[in-house]
Amino acid sequence: MSPVLLGIFTIVLGVAGCVGYFWASNLILDKVIFPAKGPNAGRNINRANMVRPWLFLFPALFVLTLYLGYPVIETLRLSLMERVPGGSEFVGLANYSQMLDEPKFWEALRNNMLWLLVVPAASTAFGLLAAQLTDRIAWGSIAKSLIFMPMAISFVGAAVIWKLVYDARPIETEQIGIINAIIVAAGGEPKTILTIPFWNNFFLMIVLIWIQTGFAMVILSAALRGIPEETVEAAIVDGAGPFQIFFKIKVPQIMGTIVVVWTTITIVVLKVFDIVFAMTNGQWETQVLANYMYDKLFRANDWGVGSAAAMVIMLLVTPILVWNVYNARKEMK
Amino acid sequence: MDNIAGTKSSLTWAVNLSVLALVFLWLFPTVGLLVSSFRTGDQIASSGWWKSMFTAEQNLVVRTQDPDKQVQEGNLWVIEGNVFTEDGRPVGTISRYGTSSRSISDYAAGEAGEFRSGERVIVETNGDYRIESTEEMSGKRGKRLFVTAAVPPEFTLENYRFMLFDESNVEGMSKAFINTLTVTIPATVIPILVAAFAAYALAWMEFPGRALLIAAVVAALVVPLQLALIPLLKLHNEIGIGKGYIGVWLAHTGFGMPLAIYLLRNYMVGLPRDIIENARVDGATEFQIFTKIILPLCFPALASFAILQFLWTWNDLLVAKVFLIDSTGETTVMTNKIVELLGTRGGNWEILATAAFVSIIMPLVVFFAMQKYLVRGMLAGSVK
Repeated sequence: MSPVLLGIFTIVLGVAGCVGYFWASNLILDKVIFPAKGPNAGRNINRANMVRPWLFLFPALFVLTLYLGYPVIETLRLSLMERVPGGSEFVGLANYSQMLDEPKFWEALRNNMLWLLVVPAASTAFGLLAAQLTDRIAWGSIAKSLIFMPMAISFVGAAVIWKLVYDARPIETEQIGIINAIIVAAGGEPKTILTIPFWNNFFLMIVLIWIQTGFAMVILSAALRGIPEETVEAAIVDGAGPFQIFFKIKVPQIMGTIVVVWTTITIVVLKVFDIVFAMTNGQWETQVLANYMYDKLFRANDWGVGSAAAMVIMLLVTPILVWNVYNARKEMK
Repeated sequence: MDNIAGTKSSLTWAVNLSVLALVFLWLFPTVGLLVSSFRTGDQIASSGWWKSMFTAEQNLVVRTQDPDKQVQEGNLWVIEGNVFTEDGRPVGTISRYGTSSRSISDYAAGEAGEFRSGERVIVETNGDYRIESTEEMSGKRGKRLFVTAAVPPEFTLENYRFMLFDESNVEGMSKAFINTLTVTIPATVIPILVAAFAAYALAWMEFPGRALLIAAVVAALVVPLQLALIPLLKLHNEIGIGKGYIGVWLAHTGFGMPLAIYLLRNYMVGLPRDIIENARVDGATEFQIFTKIILPLCFPALASFAILQFLWTWNDLLVAKVFLIDSTGETTVMTNKIVELLGTRGGNWEILATAAFVSIIMPLVVFFAMQKYLVRGMLAGSVK
């Protein structure tokens, strides 16, 4: 069957299946198991209402458990097993110690930490700047949607876009990448930007900052608009300048949102894979954890160390996970 | 609040300029790729794309007609032709030319020059050339001429024709485009429905353990999908799905579920309680309340999630690589195709740029058409 037909068939079947499941299970619950008539009508209605939430929840909980719950446990188990695919012998922490001995792992961890330090901070800062500036001008909404646009572009597409920016040609030919064109125009030698160890990490980070700034801007701009006008007016009456108003009045009031934006981008950074995979594939000391893990799992076929690396990513995410859950629970009360 | 009397600051023009600079910086890289996709490979390689809008000085290498085209005029052997018609290059104005690769601009146009082998040559500004020799010229191929020409801007749709509609092009994107679409649409539609029911239960039904489940959904929001790759691939192989569309649809449904539930629940909680309770009093069943009242009211939230999920599945590389693309490569998606092209065609920017834009265009259209919903979704989706 052609994939397109299969796709249409799946949509129809999936939608019909979902609606059918919910409709039929409700019907059976109300008419067959706990009918709302006869001597026990009242008790039956109550019972049906106790079961119903679980009928509504079941499909969602099922995929959630299978696709996100089970893998956490299974990956933990695999990371303690033999390295070959399907290995069933328990090896304890051998995979972890193997991983800790590899310089590539430490390189990936170091780079990930650099990404964590730079990308959320830079994206949030640029986003805040863009939000504050565009709120004050007539064509602000157009400017916003243009800065926001990279959000729609895939990491792979962004990688191609920025590879052209970083492109380098031999000195005697004309440069077609803007960075090297500027370097040469200023009298320098063209550089193959992505192969300069250490600094190339920052050139990869620029791609993600370029994408994430729009996200930060949109969220922070909404927060800035939510600031009560009285606080700003009072500051003006007291003689505060525009910079004082921004840093001393506005920023403190949206601190909560800034933290949210920061943590959201932090999670994106921890999972960053496509950009590195497409631009350098971890060569020239640009390895990151997600790509290191992919290398281990699918190139070296080393499930043990690959799973151990995945657990490291999970470990790094955990503080944010706990923090989010804590806040969500606090908000519900 | 910034135009309160007395605050209209002298900074206004500085603000305008900074925003202009910011927008320019953010747009510049994308425009570069877009412009490049409308240029030929030669044009891209010989000048930066930012020069393509203007008449550009280009250094071209052309081969003159073969010696067997020579004609005898008195005691001279002559080859005549035009630099530009020789290989269909655009017509430009020649300023200088040369006869060897080490001295490509020795002579001004209209001035007589000489080949190392002794023939005399003259190239006019309009591209006409004339080679004269006192002896009959030999050899199989024509001579090389190096010209510096001012070429007016020229753009072409050829790259798009080649990448999308050329049947003989094995690197074409049309198949990957269809495949991406096949992955995306079911992977967007199905999670919405499943999540909507769950979100309704979490928002408006009372049952023990509700708070715990909501916390679990919030936790699942940040679980890295990297953990799921091997366990689920193993599972898919064991239950016989293997690598294929069904697997990738299921995976996207699973990975999109936390955000879907979270977004929809937050929206549903905000709906007025009266509507739902009145409907209950009037004897509507929960199923009726859900389909007749909640779903229509939730349209903005449904649209928000649909857009986020569409962008995410369309732009995804990792999930497709792991759960979909097998060794035959028949089911490759566009992002994967582009990564392959980056490896094999790293220097052919006309191909890369076109391939990238074919994959970018759809999300951009959705983005600009439905930005309102996207913004709303992001505002609601960031954990507060």
